[in-house]
Parts: sequence; structure tokens; C-alpha cells
Amino acid sequence: MPDYNFLVVEDSPTMRQLISFALKRIPGSKIVEANDGIDALKKLSTQKFDVILTDINMPIMDGLKLVSMVRNDPAHKNIPIVIITTEGAEEDRKRGLALGANAYIAKPIQTADLLTVVNDILGNKS
Amino acid sequence: MDKETGTISKKVEEFLQVFKKGEEFTQELLKENEKLRYRLAQQEEGSKFTGRDENFKLHTVEERIKFLEEENKNLLDRFRQVEEENKDFANRYVEVEAENNNLANLYVASYQLHSTLDFTESLKIILEIVMNLIGAEEFSIMMLDEKTNELTIVAQEGMGPEARASIKMGDGIIGKVAKSGEAFYREGDPTNLKGADYTHPLVSIPLKIKEHVIGVIVIYKLLVQKQAFSNVDYELFSMLAGHAATALFSSKLYSQSERKLTTIQSFLDLLKEK
Repeated sequence: MPDYNFLVVEDSPTMRQLISFALKRIPGSKIVEANDGIDALKKLSTQKFDVILTDINMPIMDGLKLVSMVRNDPAHKNIPIVIITTEGAEEDRKRGLALGANAYIAKPIQTADLLTVVNDILGNKS
Repeated sequence: MDKETGTISKKVEEFLQVFKKGEEFTQELLKENEKLRYRLAQQEEGSKFTGRDENFKLHTVEERIKFLEEENKNLLDRFRQVEEENKDFANRYVEVEAENNNLANLYVASYQLHSTLDFTESLKIILEIVMNLIGAEEFSIMMLDEKTNELTIVAQEGMGPEARASIKMGDGIIGKVAKSGEAFYREGDPTNLKGADYTHPLVSIPLKIKEHVIGVIVIYKLLVQKQAFSNVDYELFSMLAGHAATALFSSKLYSQSERKLTTIQSFLDLLKEK
């Protein structure tokens, strides 16, 4: 059974717990949590991740900046990114995907939808 | 004369021979006839048996067809039954998944609400739940001041400056919710809004400890992607009514007791110095 390392980037502890709760249903999942973009970059420099799941509105460094930085970093540019945000307007979705995110989920999230997206990404990867 | 006699006896001889041959031929014909009759009888008998066989075979095949048709019908019935069961299982799976999702939301919300004794943090957690788990865009938490009998906004998200900072107990929808302890849900499409109406909220939930109202959560507008309230939203509302109230009440008491403890400690320190 393969191990999957997920990086959950969220400033809200409630959402971090809810997303982690959902991801734990994927066999072999290991979850690392980060409070914001800077915290996520620190964790990316020390560990390898299969998928990054990030919020947009966060203090210090927001999710869009994080997506842009990851995509411009040769060491991490191929890591799939899922944006999970309250910003549900079509233009926000387009902006997130244009920056290089692989999927865009608007809150409130449904566990089944999140798992479908993540499993699709993991399936595509393997 | 002798010559004539000899000719006659020769002819008689010839005739006898012809007659004998005729007799032999007749005998042969009779035998052949007998044989043919026998064969004909055999054939007739044979064809009689073959007819019975054919009938028997036809009957067996008909029986087999009947049996197979019956079996086919049974298999089709079973197939339909299994398909129906499959559909039931699929529906049940979707229901269980939805229930699982609801329970996860409720568990996380409840866990987070009781994870702190800090009043400000408790407020922040309630805001997170209402925004991220329910999908509200403009909403507030109002606490009741029992001295002035007024509800005052202690935390809010996305609200404009025209929102009233405080409301008298019993005034308008929000005041009535606080007075009656009954939740208010506006009828109609919650997304059909021309900007938030701060006098007509979408939802107003009383924060109650038993029957005692200590505040209200008021939602004025939902996120653009939120189409309607689902079952889990109503579960979350009723969970918030009780758990958010106790979380806020206990964290407020804890903060007050901490403050009192610090004051008493300072007072004791002063006494010791003297």
C-alpha cells in the first residue's frame, strides 16, 4: 500500500481538522498541517508531499501566493495543488487554476467531493 | 405316325418344361411376394416405432424448453431482485456517506468549540464554523447584557457599517428570537438577495443554556456558492445553539475568574509587602 503525504495549509484549526479528518480515510495517508503560506514553504523544504491542499485567505502569505511560488520552484513545481476556499465566484476559480492549481473546491466542503478530487489526482499521478 | 408322335411328345416335353419353368417362376414370384409383404410389414412396423420416437423426442424437447424458460424467468427475476438490492445498497451508501460527512462536521465543530477556555478564541471558532461549515458570508454573534437587556455584537464577519451594533430584547426578529428562545429561519430562497437586509436576517439562532438565552447568532447572507441550507446545516444550528452557548459562557466565566484571581493575587502580594 503506497504512502501519501498531504500538506494541509489552513489558518482555521476547524478546517484543518475537518480536511485532515477526510484525508485520513485514504489508506496510507500522512498529514502535515501548516498555518499559512510561509509555514507551508518551510515544511516543503524539509519534507516531500504528494498533494498540497491550501486555503486562499490566510495571514502572512495567502494561498494564491503560495501556489505561484510552488509552481515557480523547480523542486516542487510538479506537486499537485488543491485550493479549498470560501471564494466561490467563477473568476476566483479561474484565477486559482490559471496560477497552476490542479483543482478548486469552494467551501463548505463535502468529504466525498474532496476525496474524489484527491483520489483522481493520486490516480493520475500513478 | 411315329414321327408325328415324336413331335407331339417333344412338344409336350417342351410344354411341360415351360410349365415347370412357369411353375418355378410362379413359385419364385410367390416367394418374392412373400418377402416383399414381410418387408412391407416390417417397414410399417418400423415406421410405427419411429413415429412414437419422434413424438417422445418432441415431448422431451418441449419439456426441456418449458424448464429452461422457467429457469430463465427465475434468473431474470433474481437478476431484477439483485439489481434492486444493488440500487438500495448504492442509495444506502450515499446516505451513509452523507451521514458520515454530517457527523464529521458536527464532531469537528463540537471538538473545536470545547477546545479552549479563551472567550475571544471561542468567538473566533464560532465564526469559523458559521463561515466554513455552514457557508455564511455576512453574520454576527450577539451577546445579551442582562443589566441593559440589550443584544450587542461581539463578533461579526463581512457586515457593513449600517448594521445595528445593539438591539433591545424583544425588538424586531432578532430581539424576538432572544426573548422567545425559538430559532428563526426566513422562508424562500436564501440566495435571492439584493444585498443583506440587517433587519430581516436569513437565520437567527438563540444561544441557550437550558432555557436561558445568553445571545444569538444571526446570518444575513450566504456565500455565492451556497445554494440552500442542507440537513447538516440545521444540525449545526441546533448544535451551535447549545454548544456555542456553553463554550462562550464557560470561557467568559473562566476569563472573569482569571481576572479576579489576578486581582486577588496582587492584593495578597500587596498585603505581604506591608
